[in-house]
This record gives sequence, structure tokens and C-alpha cells, in this order.
Amino acid sequence: MDSPIKKTQFKRVTRRELLKLTPVAALGAFAIPSLQKPLLKAGLGFSDWASAKLFRTQHLAPTFDDSELTPFEKFPVNDYDVDDPEVELDNWTLTVSGAVQKPGDYKLVAIQQLPKVVRNTRHVCVEGWDVIGRFGGARLSDFLKMIGADTSARFVYVECADDYYESIDMATALHPQSMLCYEMYDRPLTREHGAPLRLTIPTKIGYKQAKYLTDLKVTNVLQKVGYWEDQGYSEFYGL
Amino acid sequence: MAGHVVAVEDVKSGERTDVAYEHPFIVRLCHWVNAVALFVLIGSGLQIFKAFPSFGAKIPQHNLINWPKSLALGGWLGGALQWHLTFMWIYIASGFVYIGYQLISGNYKQVLFGRRDIPGVWPMVRHYFFFAPKPPVNQPYNPLQKHAYSSAIVLGAISVATGLAIWKPVQFSWLAWLMGGFHWARLWHFLIMWALIAFIFGHLVMIVIHGWNNFVSMLTGWKKDPEYHLE
Repeated sequence: MDSPIKKTQFKRVTRRELLKLTPVAALGAFAIPSLQKPLLKAGLGFSDWASAKLFRTQHLAPTFDDSELTPFEKFPVNDYDVDDPEVELDNWTLTVSGAVQKPGDYKLVAIQQLPKVVRNTRHVCVEGWDVIGRFGGARLSDFLKMIGADTSARFVYVECADDYYESIDMATALHPQSMLCYEMYDRPLTREHGAPLRLTIPTKIGYKQAKYLTDLKVTNVLQKVGYWEDQGYSEFYGL
Repeated sequence: MAGHVVAVEDVKSGERTDVAYEHPFIVRLCHWVNAVALFVLIGSGLQIFKAFPSFGAKIPQHNLINWPKSLALGGWLGGALQWHLTFMWIYIASGFVYIGYQLISGNYKQVLFGRRDIPGVWPMVRHYFFFAPKPPVNQPYNPLQKHAYSSAIVLGAISVATGLAIWKPVQFSWLAWLMGGFHWARLWHFLIMWALIAFIFGHLVMIVIHGWNNFVSMLTGWKKDPEYHLE
């Protein structure tokens, strides 16, 4: 055993060692009401940044056999307001604006003329449930090409008949599985599932998959991010 | 050097006490950061669970398990996710710094449960749970303690892996697959939380039993009257 040290000296040592832990107290900033909101916003922002970095443009979401499909009747209907915003299906058009060469009103047949894709993918809700559904429609990337969208713009922003709104980052919008969906389970979209046109993006969380689309804008600037995002949910939420 | 015993002498009375430096600074720092992070992650996790408590498809929804709102953190799903997605980075960072430090410094030998510790587990269990006499102490952590801490570190790593599989089931689809699928990953994440809660409970009970000196050692690094000074 070494020669003994003095008690006074030992007290100094332990006090110094204790003080070295003061950085831990910085976490207490999260308990201060005025700091809590910006700190959590920064934390969520960092998560979104990491999400965008983890996103791989050509990495496909898993697809499933028909036997693994959730029965259509069991596919949940989730909306923030009404199941049926009473879209006039006969006169419906998608109004396209923003950084595109061919803005204007697009009828459903124009979208249906694009190559049709049908696949079974998982729909994951932020609440914690998920289902596997069968979706049919046109690739969002094909539609963006058709309208002459500037794909160097940052976002595709959509508005809906029920006043819901959403934005998708361009990398995700161009992903091969991102879809303007007009069919579920090989039948035209029903009203509660977003007739006549909705987004289906298997690399994103459920609230990004807006229903009852009415407007689509290609833009670099967002006035609003999305209905849930503007209340504090993740803006990117890639899966 | 961890576990190194020295004597402290009170010059006036001539009284001597043995002290040992048990917990290096980085270990203490990570311990407390991790304690705060885990507290926040469990609280916000309980709130996230409340949004949809049955792990299945939305219909029908059963409240299989329920707990008072006061135990949850974040107030609503969006708020809880903010806490969870913020403190997971703090949790992961403290975990990486801790494991990195332990490996580089060699201090892991103090805590890592190994083959040599196996024979010592049963005597400690007998001591704690069946009132058998305490086996002689010759190191900072006894074999049962090493087992508990090593397990907790493994649980921590699995909690991160399962969390990643739920958060990013597309980018890390192989992780979800490894856990038996997306639904299982969610269930594992939930069960790991309970395992960690069980660890924390046992940990707190032991702290109360072993007294003030033991608690202070995680603050200053130094433990008064370590039992292994006789060796």
C-alpha cells in the first residue's frame, strides 16, 4: 500500500472529481420551460437530418405476397377530419403549379395514361399500427416528368379536399416506389381511402400519404410543412 | 487506476481510512447522462405506447396494458416523440463513449462478466436472497454485480438496435428481419424496456442496501472503506 495521503488533500481531490460532473447539469436545460421547446425542436430536427442522410434513393421498401395482405375491410381509415370530404369525382382535376413547365389542371385519365404500377407494401402509422395494402397507380416520378417539374427543387407540396396538406422532399418524391395512387386492392380508390387520388409512399410514415389530392406544387420554399408536422411531428419521417 | 486502494490520514486525530478509486471520470459522466436519458426514454416511451397499446392492426384496439398518465412524459404522441427522438441520440452517444472508453482504457475488466466469474455468482445469490454469509470481496464488483452490469450494457445495445428497426424499417429492414419481423422488433423494444426497468429497480435496491459511501463513489470516483483492502 502507498503512503497515506492527508484528509484535507483527499477532500480537495474528491471535490474536484465531483465538479467535473457539472456538464451533466446541462441536461437540466430541458426542464426549463422557455428552453425546452427549442431544444426538443433541435433534437427532432437532428433526427430529421439523420433520416434524410439514411435515406437511399434506390433502396426499395419490402414488398409482400398477396397472402400477406391485410383484408381490405380491415385497412384502417384514418383522417384528421372527415372520412368523405365529398369530392365531385366527375369534375375532379389535380391543379399543378410551381416550378413546372406545364402547370394546369390534370384529369385523372391523364395520370392513368402513365405506366401503371401495382404492389403490396406496408403502411406504417405513427400511432404504432401497420397494415399491408395493395396499391395501384402511377409513379410520382413519371408524373413529375410529364408536368416538366424542376427536380432540383426541394419539395413536392400537396393540398387535399379535406384541407389536409403535406410536403415530400424531392429525393423521396423521385423514389421508384413513390406513387400517385388511384387503386387499392385492384379497385378504384373508395372515398374514405382518398378518392380519386392519394399518395402512397412506402418509404414514409403514414401521415405523409395524403388522401383526396386536389393540388400539387413543386417548390423550394414551404409556407407550411404538413398538417401534423406543423403541430410538432417529424418533418421528414422516413422509414 | 481503478480499484487502487490508498489510505487517508486525518492529521489531527491520526485516524486512517482506506479509500479506493473505483469509477473513472468518463464512466461516471456516462453513467449520469445515461441515467437521465433512460429516464426520459422510458417516460416518453410509455406515452408513445399509449397512442396505440396493442401492437397489432388498428381494428380492434384493446388496452392490454395501461398505466397512469402521470408516469408518461411528453403529454401527447407528438410531444413524446420529440423527447424520444432527442434523447435517443444522447443515450446512444453516452453508450458509445462509455464502451469506447472501457475498451481503450482496459477498465472493462472491472465490469465485464467473464468465465472466471461464473463460480462466484451462486454464492452471491445465496448471500443476497437466502441469507448466506457474504463471500470474501477482492475486487470492486462482485461476480453477480458484473453479471448485472454486463447484462444491462447488452440490453442497452439491444434497445438501440430494436429502436432503429422500428424507426427505420425500410432502411434497416435487415435489422427488423433479424428480430423476426417489424412486429417482433416493436415487441422486443417494449420488452427490453421492462428488462431495463427491472435492472434499474434492482440497482436502486442495492444502492439503498450498500449505503452512502457506495453512492458517493459514483459521484467522486472514490469509495471509502472498500471491503477489499484486506486483500
